[in-house]
Amino acid sequence: MTAPVPVVDAHLVVHHPGFTVETRFQVASGHVLALLGPNGAGKSTVLRALAGLLPAQGHLRVDGVDLLSVPAERRPVGFVFQDFLLFPHLTVVENVAFGPRCQGMPARQARRLALDLLTDMGVAEYARARPRTLSGGQQQRVALARALATRPRLLLLDEPMAALDADTRMSVRAMLRCRLTAFSGATVLVTHDPLDAMVLADRVLVLEDGVSVQEGTPGDVARRPRTDYVARLVGVNLYRGRAAGTRVQLAGPHGSAVALTVASPHDGEVFAAFPPHAVALYRERPHGSPRNTWLLTVDGVERFGPHVRVRLSGAVEVNADITAAALADLSLRPGDRVWAAVKATEVECYPV
Amino acid sequence: MPASSSPKPAGAPLTGRVPRLLLVPALLGFGFLVLPLFGLLARTPWSTLGAQLFSTGVRDALLLSLATASAATVVSLVLGVPLAWLLARTEFPGRSLVRALVTVPLVLPPVVGGVALLMVWGRNGLLGRYAAEWTGYGLPFTPAGVVAAQVFVAMPFLVMSVEGALRGMDRRYEEAAATLGANRWTVFRRVTLPMVAPGILAGAVLCWSRALGEFGATIMFAGNYPGRTQTMPLAVYLEMQRSPEAAVVLSLVLLAVSVLILVVLRDHWLGAR
Amino acid sequence: MRFARCVVAVCAVLVGSACTPVADGSASGPPERTLTVFAAASLTDVFRTWGAQFAEQHPGTTVEFAFAGSSALAEQLAQGAPADVFASADQATMDRVVADVGVADEPVVFARNTLQIAVPPENPAGIGSLDDLAADGTTVALCAEHVPCGAASRAVLDAAGVAVDPVTWEEDVRAALTRVRLGEVDAALVYRSDVVAAGGDVHGIDIPEAAAAVNDYPIAVLADAAEPELAQAWTAFVTSPDNAKVLDDAGFLLP
Repeated sequence: MTAPVPVVDAHLVVHHPGFTVETRFQVASGHVLALLGPNGAGKSTVLRALAGLLPAQGHLRVDGVDLLSVPAERRPVGFVFQDFLLFPHLTVVENVAFGPRCQGMPARQARRLALDLLTDMGVAEYARARPRTLSGGQQQRVALARALATRPRLLLLDEPMAALDADTRMSVRAMLRCRLTAFSGATVLVTHDPLDAMVLADRVLVLEDGVSVQEGTPGDVARRPRTDYVARLVGVNLYRGRAAGTRVQLAGPHGSAVALTVASPHDGEVFAAFPPHAVALYRERPHGSPRNTWLLTVDGVERFGPHVRVRLSGAVEVNADITAAALADLSLRPGDRVWAAVKATEVECYPV
Repeated sequence: MPASSSPKPAGAPLTGRVPRLLLVPALLGFGFLVLPLFGLLARTPWSTLGAQLFSTGVRDALLLSLATASAATVVSLVLGVPLAWLLARTEFPGRSLVRALVTVPLVLPPVVGGVALLMVWGRNGLLGRYAAEWTGYGLPFTPAGVVAAQVFVAMPFLVMSVEGALRGMDRRYEEAAATLGANRWTVFRRVTLPMVAPGILAGAVLCWSRALGEFGATIMFAGNYPGRTQTMPLAVYLEMQRSPEAAVVLSLVLLAVSVLILVVLRDHWLGAR
Repeated sequence: MRFARCVVAVCAVLVGSACTPVADGSASGPPERTLTVFAAASLTDVFRTWGAQFAEQHPGTTVEFAFAGSSALAEQLAQGAPADVFASADQATMDRVVADVGVADEPVVFARNTLQIAVPPENPAGIGSLDDLAADGTTVALCAEHVPCGAASRAVLDAAGVAVDPVTWEEDVRAALTRVRLGEVDAALVYRSDVVAAGGDVHGIDIPEAAAAVNDYPIAVLADAAEPELAQAWTAFVTSPDNAKVLDDAGFLLP
């Protein structure tokens, strides 16, 4: 299999007073890259630099042409803003026709193109309405149509779900998935919601404090997080330690040394990760198959979807997801001592 | 739910109560502003009103006032909106000084403004000297001079209003337009201008009202000649010395026209929001 | 009352042009009495000089002036502006004040004034006589006909049989003179006293037809003067032949 030709090849350095954002990435034709990170990590900065709304250093090649010195209005870039920014003084169809008109398309033709795009998005019936009379989901579709109307090679989506209510999100996410797959150019979307990244993106780039800390496929990032932020985001217990064969020596919270048994042998500095549902809890010390077992203290118990999440501390800090029934059997209360066990085969181990 | 168990419907009790500390000065202020208008009505010579109203003197002054105030508003729009844009959207050294200078006519006594205009545009003025030499025409004593005086005192109102609107506008709409391929001129024309249109309109109304009432700079710069430079406020002032009754009639006309036009504008545009 | 007078004086300044209030108090001791004089704008310089002299002769007295066009002052008096003395630039305005406001004694004429043509020192339009004012392309400022200098101008022009179309009708004589001073007009018909007051800024041309309209300057104590004795003293001072030199220097004629 040959690697797809990259549409976008970017190395961006953006200087803010007291804050620098630097990132490198490539996006292939028809692919979606999600920029994931906490608030203030520099995700939107990168997006604005890509659009030409912020000056940046480095390079930004789209189809082989460097665009960094090209002003925003001449970049083949479409931008869907977080709160859509549909022009309130224009009708929906005028909003979509705005870009083609700016590119010199005759009015009649631009209007027809806009109507076609709106029909595609299933919102043609609102063509003559003012944007503010539309629901959030409809506005999202119009905004996408407007961004696509200029036939961009690079599509940028800033927090596409943030302005929508929870019910609309699911249908818009599905709509976006479908549209982005059909789009022949490259897409970069910014989100702080891992679910968006998992559903919509082919690759995920995690930004923290202006630096990219991890890049990979959504599955890879979810299974093998490399920072505490990503681990929390995808809900995985993450540890760092030194491996010798299948034994990993972890640095515990208070300088204590804890050993972890893993399935595959490694050597040197490694990450070890396992999901909370891989943790089993016992009142008595368990016996049997090779397990990692620790006697820990219950810090807290809270509902977590259909499960109960138990926060444990001691030699290591562990989150465990158990069923409500199991919780009842164990009758756990904060402060109780309990045995936690994880099978070696459940632990992902990967080099730093 | 605590909200539904609340005995009183929310919101209703608050609107009824106005603290007296606010109500008394508010009513006094309103009375102070409105009483003089009733004074005018009380002194109006109703029996001769018709004859005075349709005299050519009143008609000439009124038409001249309406025409010059409208022309001054158009000139202020053409020059003032770009100036406001420059002040609101660009960074340049001394911008705050420029803004302060633009607002000077707001605090300057209009008579002083008239003198200042003469110093520049008068027959011996800095620029007026050459204008008179090359074209044979000058601004003083002409309707154009009236417009110039009105623009001088009224344009700052427009600039302030439009600059405020520009600063209050969400600039990301302009960015959105740029990502759609609009150059700066297109952004200004198709996004910025329509989005600050209410502010521009409010500024234009203020500017027009101020121009309509302009007296000091006009009489100083453009002089007083019936039908040519004698606007309504000048006619009111001069009639006051000859025949106070006629002055009252003129004031009444000016008042009626301003109120009428402001009400129409308000209903038509400002009220539509 | 003092406050009301101040307000009126300030209002007079704001409404009239080219005039300022003067408070010429004696140097020693706090002022105890204030005399308020409403006077035609053309009397500004003469009355200020006299005001200083009068205050010296009457210690503890402050003389406050409101200078404006005579008819503007008459209107303010009719509206109840408090004043002790009124000095008008023409008999007609004084007659109106006598009728509307009332005076304590018969008004006395203390000065006379005649018109001159005022031109800029270099006289760009080459004006020499009234006829020149009617020439094409000559810009002239005249006083509006309802103010005394305008009425006088009308009489003079009618007597000469000259039809002048001015570019502007000024609301008082000083405003007309200002047009000449700034060089905005080629000529204006103003009082001799105003030409003298303007010093070298304007040049005055005598006209024989001026005899057709000689302005009388009457002065009178107002009926409801707050300081009737002081007001009487002031009118006596103004009409005294001993003080006439100031009038003569200022370009006025004596009655």
